[in-house]
Amino acid sequence: MTWEIVIGLEVHTQLSTNTKIFSGASTAFGAEPNTQADAVSIALPGVLPVLNKGAVERAIKFGLAVGAHIAPRSVFARKNYFYPDLPKGYQISQFDLPVVGQGTLTIQVEPLSGNAKPYEKTVRITRAHLEEDAGKSMHGDFHGMTGIDLNRAGTPLLEIVSEPDMCSAAEAVAYAKALHSLVRWIGICDGNMQEGSFRCDVNVSVRKPGQPLGTRREIKNLNSFKFMQQAIDYEVQWQIDTIEGGGKVQQATILFNPDTGETRAMRSKEDAHDYRYFPDPDLLPLEISEEWKEQVRATLPELPQAKQARYVNDLGLSAYDASMLTASREMADFFDSTRMHLDTENDIDNPKLCANWIIGEVTAQLNREELDITQCPIKAYQLSELLAYVAKGRISNSGAKEVFRTMWTEGGDADSIIVRKALEQISDSGAIEAIVDEIIATNADKVAEYRSGKDKLFGFFVGLAMKASKGKANPAQLNDVLKRKLAG
Amino acid sequence: MSLTTADVRKVARLARLAMNDAEIETARAQLSGIFDLIAEMQAVDTGGIAPMSHAQDVAQRLREDKVTETNQREAFQAIAPQVEAGLYLVPQVIE
Repeated sequence: MTWEIVIGLEVHTQLSTNTKIFSGASTAFGAEPNTQADAVSIALPGVLPVLNKGAVERAIKFGLAVGAHIAPRSVFARKNYFYPDLPKGYQISQFDLPVVGQGTLTIQVEPLSGNAKPYEKTVRITRAHLEEDAGKSMHGDFHGMTGIDLNRAGTPLLEIVSEPDMCSAAEAVAYAKALHSLVRWIGICDGNMQEGSFRCDVNVSVRKPGQPLGTRREIKNLNSFKFMQQAIDYEVQWQIDTIEGGGKVQQATILFNPDTGETRAMRSKEDAHDYRYFPDPDLLPLEISEEWKEQVRATLPELPQAKQARYVNDLGLSAYDASMLTASREMADFFDSTRMHLDTENDIDNPKLCANWIIGEVTAQLNREELDITQCPIKAYQLSELLAYVAKGRISNSGAKEVFRTMWTEGGDADSIIVRKALEQISDSGAIEAIVDEIIATNADKVAEYRSGKDKLFGFFVGLAMKASKGKANPAQLNDVLKRKLAG
Repeated sequence: MSLTTADVRKVARLARLAMNDAEIETARAQLSGIFDLIAEMQAVDTGGIAPMSHAQDVAQRLREDKVTETNQREAFQAIAPQVEAGLYLVPQVIE
């Protein structure tokens, strides 16, 4: 029995504006409760919303980045429901005329299991619309009451809705990660998942191949990629078990509990989907001129996809390396900066060397210490200096790793670390020849064996020579000299 | 178009309005009257006329993304029924 998994995502990204979507109250995170809840945020009678230009600009940026149609005219609508963290009794959102229309996002999927190879997939984005965030409910010790903090109420959100194009947890996570990287790349959202700046709702259903879509359940508010994967895996199994056990999946909104790894249905709210949308009479249609759109387009940085293609075509990197280096804009900046320094200051054009070190040593060390590239203690110019010495053969690869570790923990520049630790590679042919001569003289029996055909002994001589040079002999040169002298 | 009392009850519940039978019937008649009015307007042939949202041809005015509001929590909370630790307190909400 095989089942097909169908997944679509709705992602709420908090836009990185200074102020709320409909008022001039600050959106800074972490303020004392309700100190950023102005008259509009708390919905005092008589207040009117005034749309934030910065929020619209960010929505346009996103639309352009995913190749979507930007609506020349879009409309704000009221979504009506009652909840204490929504003091107006309705959320201002967009319904049938969203600001961003259909677009696409191409993702690199790394299968989670087996030996399956990474592959590329294009996910269709249905739409993206502007709306306001709600406040927060605190269920602390308030004499059986609930505390309401409306600082977050009115924070601009861009809700990005995908088509149900993903068919595994791996694809859903890859899409969410690509989207997360993109919104940070174009600077419209800080992407801080812990603080709720990037929240994912995942719609999951299962079906037999060729059958119509199954009934979906929506997992709400996932704020980590790990939880997303766990939640989908659990939910898919639950739906399959339910159907195979003769049951039926009921449409529901569900929550994922990270402690138990299980999903559970939220209290099903009667009429929950009867939001009675209608155009907000307080807001006129939003008009976006061609001119404004082009102004915003001019502010977009080179997008990850374009950069990836350039790395492959112009720099000769592999598709894998290119995708690793464009995982975030900061990562790509670090790579570009390292490469440029190496080129301009040392006249060494070697993108592959930079890529290898950044994807290898740098990333591994960052992961070990749970840092991101912006927190890397070694700056791009420092790394480029080290790589210049590697490229010129001044130090061996293992020597370079030692310099790297020292630089990481103690700081300093490559040159002084190499001198201080005496890591300079011996590339002086006279010195290497002297070492080899000495070894040949003191190991006459082995030399005789080698010469009578025991080729395997070559490694033995290399070992001795390396030891004699304290690991500093230039390996390529040493090999040459050894081969020549041993041949007799 | 004529609404049923069931329609009105549903809308009343969604709007959290407590209404007795007599009120439901009054509201039903009034709302049906509004729908009749809408039906009359919809009968007008508007083919080829773009919808408009304002009598004058104006679009949404935009605000620069600058903080203009200051903290007025104390003033706002002075008229709230119950507050604690800077929070507005409301009857418990259970997910």
